[in-house]
Amino acid sequence: MFFQKEIETMKRPEIEALQLERLRRMVDYCYNNVPFYQERLSKAGITSGDKIKVLSDIQYIPFTTKDDIRDNYPFGLMAVPMKDIVRIHASSGTTGKPTVGVYTKADIDRWSDFVARIVTAAGVTAEDIIQISFGYGLFTGALGLHFGLEKVGATVIPASSGNSEKQLMMLRDFGVTGLVATPSYALYLGELVRESGYPKEAYGKLRHGILGSEGCTEEMRQRIEENLGINVTDNYGMTELTGPGVSGECEYRCGLHFAEDAFLPEIIDQDTLEHKAPGEAGELVVTTLMREGMPVLRYRTKDITRLNYEPCRCGRTHVRMDKVMGRTDDMLIIKGVNVFPSQIESVLVATEKVGPHYQLVVRKKNYMDNLEVKVELIDASLLESFGELEKVQRTIHDRLKSVLGLETKVTLVEPKSLERFQGKAKRVLDLRNQPEER
Amino acid sequence: MQIQQLSVFVENKPGRLAEITEVLAAANIDIRAISVADTSDFGILRVIVDKPKEAIETLKEHGMTVSLTNVIAVGVSDHPGEFSRAVRLLADTGFDMEYMYAFISRDKGRAYVIIRTNNGQKAAETLQENGFDILSPETIYNM
Ligand SMILES: [Zn+2]
Repeated sequence: MFFQKEIETMKRPEIEALQLERLRRMVDYCYNNVPFYQERLSKAGITSGDKIKVLSDIQYIPFTTKDDIRDNYPFGLMAVPMKDIVRIHASSGTTGKPTVGVYTKADIDRWSDFVARIVTAAGVTAEDIIQISFGYGLFTGALGLHFGLEKVGATVIPASSGNSEKQLMMLRDFGVTGLVATPSYALYLGELVRESGYPKEAYGKLRHGILGSEGCTEEMRQRIEENLGINVTDNYGMTELTGPGVSGECEYRCGLHFAEDAFLPEIIDQDTLEHKAPGEAGELVVTTLMREGMPVLRYRTKDITRLNYEPCRCGRTHVRMDKVMGRTDDMLIIKGVNVFPSQIESVLVATEKVGPHYQLVVRKKNYMDNLEVKVELIDASLLESFGELEKVQRTIHDRLKSVLGLETKVTLVEPKSLERFQGKAKRVLDLRNQPEER
Repeated sequence: MQIQQLSVFVENKPGRLAEITEVLAAANIDIRAISVADTSDFGILRVIVDKPKEAIETLKEHGMTVSLTNVIAVGVSDHPGEFSRAVRLLADTGFDMEYMYAFISRDKGRAYVIIRTNNGQKAAETLQENGFDILSPETIYNM
């Protein structure tokens, strides 16, 4: 099923011709309407879109970073007068000011198309009843999915996040067929469904899980699918670029199809800033090709992924990106080793008898980095002997060692003692600049 | 002749043990015997109470990881060699002891030992056949 079949199945040369034309127009648009870009582009010698002869000339355009967006808070990158803006979103910054996104009427309409494409690719139709358990508000996730799903004709329940009992009640009583949530919240709801005392059939209409806004490992996905009886698809996007809908998985789940007519992706080496060879992993850089309210040239997403240009079995020709492997900034460097929380999560989810929630604590001990992995013990049958408990600890330790190449301290904690997150999970506590514990 | 013991997973953090026993006290549950084994990170609290079913409900309601296990309670008279005779007997008849702990009874001159072995029912019978006093659940719960 396609939402915009002609666009989604264009041949590669046609896509590239369209991208080149739109990129040149976008350069002119930014140059003429955003003083920040005019200055940047002038310095780089790109005073008009005509300077871009071929797509690869994009390499001469300067990057835009998160700091650039922050420095221009709130409306410094806006390309149209405020009267043409119909909506403002913002993403919560963990540090400092939020990242603001502004949208014209055409932006909202196109954004809904992008989301409609990915939910259709995931199998959602006008027959579906979808519960959106993302927090509403300034966050792009909830309203982004909301408008896209309505565009497809699906019935939308704007449940927002929190009040999990009520969430379950709606899932049962409204005959919900699909859930939109973060993976960690879906995992939590799945646990509650198991404990809710209702037979699984009470949730039997559930089929789709459109999960996004944070990472989800293969193992975590399986667990969510088992507990909720759904088929989970991943999607990708961010306020800086518009919101969800930048890319999303089709039914074959072999990469996230990029909306290439509107977003031009590149993969660079995060240190040298050079292009990576096709198929190599690196930092994703995206240029918006159609955005009016807040166009962005070569935005460094800090997400690490790979691009695959092979057409997909589903018939879509737009490039597929791998699930995000990690972020350049949530990558922890411990004793010189690169560690992504997602690697640790995949080990824990695959380990029996412990819960999928975890917390990572990094501290200095004797001037050395020390990683502690806290995980919840959920299976009481292990209490018969210390040996069994220690075996679980040792198994996790050994698996982590083989995955990370690093010694860790594994601590079992009581069930439900680790915080449950309804938004982006914050699972890392880095205490390395704190005084050492003695 | 086995009795039910609760095993509770306890994180090693200040006051946790007190919190757990307070939960039991608040539910009007009396502790008959108690033992804590721990490593630097966590411990397993083993308790024998007068109302094991209610105790496990209450602890679970408070979000704790708890299990019920069958153990045997042996009465041992207070003269030298009596306890080692029991342990020797179990070892020689092929039972593996996983853990044990003792408590003193109100009756003068007697101690009780809680033993967890494989094949507990058979172990209890063996001890009984050799003259040891095996306590019934009722005796322990109503003590
Ligand atoms: Zn596909």
